[in-house]
Amino acid sequence: MKRPQSYTIEHTKRIWAYTFLVVPVLFYLTIRFYPTFYAFFLSLTDWDIVSRDKNFIGLTNYRNLFQDPIFWKTLSNTGFYVLYGLPISLLSGFILAYNIDRLKKGEGVFKALYFLPYITSMVAIAWVWRWLYQPAPIGVFNKILISIGLPQQKFLFSQTQALPSILAPTIWADVGFQLIIFLAGLKGISRQYYEAAEIDGADNWDQLRYITLPLLKPTIVFLIITGTIRYLRIFTQVLNMSYQGEGGPLNSTKPLVLYIYHSAFQQFDMGYAAAMTVILFLIILMITLIQLKVMKSED
Amino acid sequence: MKTNYKPIDVLRPVILIILGLLMLFPFAWMIATSFKQGRDVFSLSIIPENPTFANYLNIFSNSNFPFWFLNSLIVGLAVTASVLFFDSLVGFTLSKYSFRGKKIIFILILSTMMIPTEMLVIPWYIMSNELHWVDTYWGVMFPGLMSGFGTFLMRQFFQTVPEDLLDAGRIDGLNEFYLFSRIAIPLVKPALSALAIFSFIGNWNAFMWPLIVSNKVTMYTLPVGLSFFNGEFQSQWEMVMTGASIATIPVFFIFILFQRQIIQGIALTGVKG
Amino acid sequence: MKRNAIVLMVSLSLILFSQVLFAAGQADQAQKGDAGEVTEIVYWQYFYETKSKLMDKLIEMFEAEHPDIRVVQQTFPYEQYNTKVASSVPSGTGPNVINLYYGWLPTYIDSGYLQPLPTSQFPNEKIEQEFFPLVRAAKFDGSYYALPTAVRSLALFWNKDLFKEAGLDPERPPRTVEELVDFAEMLTITDKNGNYLQTGLTLELRAQMHHWVREVLIRQMGGTPYSDDNRSVTYDSQAGYDAFTFFTDLHLKNKVGMPNFMTDDVTAFKSGAMAMTIDGSFRLGTLDGVQGLNYGVTELPSMNGISSSFASFWANGITSFTTGKELEASLKFLEFLTSDEVMSMWLDAIGELPAKQALALTDEFRNNPKYGPFIRSLEYAHATKFIDESVQRKVWIDAYDQVVLNNASIRDAVNEAAATEQKMLDSYYNSK
Repeated sequence: MKRPQSYTIEHTKRIWAYTFLVVPVLFYLTIRFYPTFYAFFLSLTDWDIVSRDKNFIGLTNYRNLFQDPIFWKTLSNTGFYVLYGLPISLLSGFILAYNIDRLKKGEGVFKALYFLPYITSMVAIAWVWRWLYQPAPIGVFNKILISIGLPQQKFLFSQTQALPSILAPTIWADVGFQLIIFLAGLKGISRQYYEAAEIDGADNWDQLRYITLPLLKPTIVFLIITGTIRYLRIFTQVLNMSYQGEGGPLNSTKPLVLYIYHSAFQQFDMGYAAAMTVILFLIILMITLIQLKVMKSED
Repeated sequence: MKTNYKPIDVLRPVILIILGLLMLFPFAWMIATSFKQGRDVFSLSIIPENPTFANYLNIFSNSNFPFWFLNSLIVGLAVTASVLFFDSLVGFTLSKYSFRGKKIIFILILSTMMIPTEMLVIPWYIMSNELHWVDTYWGVMFPGLMSGFGTFLMRQFFQTVPEDLLDAGRIDGLNEFYLFSRIAIPLVKPALSALAIFSFIGNWNAFMWPLIVSNKVTMYTLPVGLSFFNGEFQSQWEMVMTGASIATIPVFFIFILFQRQIIQGIALTGVKG
Repeated sequence: MKRNAIVLMVSLSLILFSQVLFAAGQADQAQKGDAGEVTEIVYWQYFYETKSKLMDKLIEMFEAEHPDIRVVQQTFPYEQYNTKVASSVPSGTGPNVINLYYGWLPTYIDSGYLQPLPTSQFPNEKIEQEFFPLVRAAKFDGSYYALPTAVRSLALFWNKDLFKEAGLDPERPPRTVEELVDFAEMLTITDKNGNYLQTGLTLELRAQMHHWVREVLIRQMGGTPYSDDNRSVTYDSQAGYDAFTFFTDLHLKNKVGMPNFMTDDVTAFKSGAMAMTIDGSFRLGTLDGVQGLNYGVTELPSMNGISSSFASFWANGITSFTTGKELEASLKFLEFLTSDEVMSMWLDAIGELPAKQALALTDEFRNNPKYGPFIRSLEYAHATKFIDESVQRKVWIDAYDQVVLNNASIRDAVNEAAATEQKMLDSYYNSK
């Protein structure tokens, strides 16, 4: 009996949905996809930005790419940024948000405090951290190390320590971002659930495990996926933290996007940069699809 | 109630304050440097020995500074308004309706986050040039009017909005846009506020594209204008710090404005999720 | 509810507002096209406060002479200047007259972005007779594509107060490289752990020191950095190894400094934590503005009786899409920018040296305490024929890191640098 009516409701809903999407789809097609396909096309050419010819050279750029040791180095550096940066910032962001959420008062002050690094200009922050990392007696970190009887560290001047040293301020700034979104998620959970759980005698841990985390799932999915993309695209921090933006010493901190940027705008090798962009795109797409699938099936 | 006074309630703010002050240190250093001049810039004290406003006066005396500041403000606000509207509309559509092509549209919009902006700049510039968008606000703004990030964020948060609430509205004969703007939106205010903050920050700090698309110095945004202090193998650090300190103020203001929404949370009453 | 409505209204009105502005911008451009008799040309250079102010003044002078021409100056941040220029090329737009670093010229000339200067107005013989020989770096396939107003060279800056503190004569800078090392050792102060409190000499390969290694040290050790036709790297030789041993020893053995000390050498020298630095004439302006800094300038120290320096320049070229009246106007403007009058003003205001020999090599300038050393060193300075300066600089930075961080042998590090650079040179010259 209800079928015809619900059919028409579904029908109008669908028409509304398409109406809502008309302008955005047009926008994405012209402003986003067209340039993206343009980049895909460029990866098959030898274009160098300033020249008029774009010669089709097939897969030569890709072949060169796979033989380029710097490409592999930047790829593994990028991996390090993601594998260390994301879990640490995600976990710190959650712990802070969880605790700030449970404060009796002063939430706003704490949020502002932890959010300040995120809203500060990266260029200025990079300079400050570079001073912090200087050798003693200028560098504060090394001064502290010496005063507690530990040996000095090279930090940005070391091939092994430079990458974590750049990651630290990145996480430092990123925590504020994670914190805000986690808080928005936590605030979306109705107090009623907790009140009901308390009546049932559930302790804090139970509440966290059986109420907070499950209900935060859309937030967590969002943060993991966007976080992965953000760390895979890490760029500005390295450009400003490593000297003259070279991603050194000896390419030990250079991420893929910095290499893309250098190839495109310093060497003017647009074709090569475009090929790397395609690879980066495919990597991110693959990871995102897997993440979406895994996190959906966990239900 | 007894449960109100556990030791954790005292310990928690204390630990949060200590951690917060540590977080604040580099920021405080930046502010301190903006009040230093000459050799003091390189002294390590966090409190300036001879505090001076000279750096600020220097920036304010630049005749183009008001333009840069205003340009950034206009671009930041307009783009944020657009992002809030369109991203939540698309996020709502992708979360609350089922229709053909929904999944692929979602993935495609997500995929716009996977290309570094640096690679898109050249086609955008060619486009802007042909359409005479160079040196206009529209030229600076158009690439950011909608974002994959915001769409994804809003879609996730709309998923927590109970379906029955919307159905109840439909039975009352409300149209879909009304349901979206009057019923769904108020329920995701915290997320919307977070998006407003991020969108404003992102556009306020945007550098690469505003640089490429502006030729006139009066059309520069603040970050482009402030990069004039980076010279040949050398920067005027006290000016960089001063510029960065000034640039933080509007962002902080926007943050304060919207963050209240996040704290208030949602008073969901009588609905099961 | 009400608030949402307000937010929505504000959003929409802002979007509309932006549309109006966009339209206004368009109208603005349309108006310009209509402007009748006056020819407008656009000039681009990177932003340096004194430079852009002087240029405003020069344009005023030029426009007074040529009332039918209007010159619009547009400046961009130094670090992103090349990116900005390159990005404008594919759309076939940009300035009419453009200021470019001489090391970038090959790329822009190859791509057809610049047009050769007509010999009727700028005859080769006249250029070669008047300008310093290093300007030949702007000559490609027999044509000049760009001409500088000013040239620059490297010299040694020393902090007189720190000399005094170290017991040295503040008016007696080092004249030989041997003295340079001796002085630097006396001027270096370390704490008990061996940390630098004050360094004697800059080691900033990223800034100017790669030029010092390439064009000064290698030559002083009896070698050359490149073959005569500039197509082959020749520093993978004993002279190259000696030069780089000498350079890395400054940190490893003599312990007189390190790269990145206090983030960069200009910062360190400005704050009085570095006693000697090697830098260009353009730095005079920056250093004169620092209160309490008492410094002197002298020619780079010689070694084995050989003096050398590195010279470079920023040159003005004309873009190839400039034609007709605009081309005429641009050529007049270029003529003006390379006139004796402008060159003299440039030296006064900016500290960069006149590009014409007769103008620079006067006794007045040669004996000037600040400019003198730079001008005198122009007589023996070399301008590297760069193809891609960023790559050619990075090979030396990497070589240094290989030796200092990876304990690589000097020979291996220099050979690797030479191989990388040669590969880049080959791919450029073979494609011609």
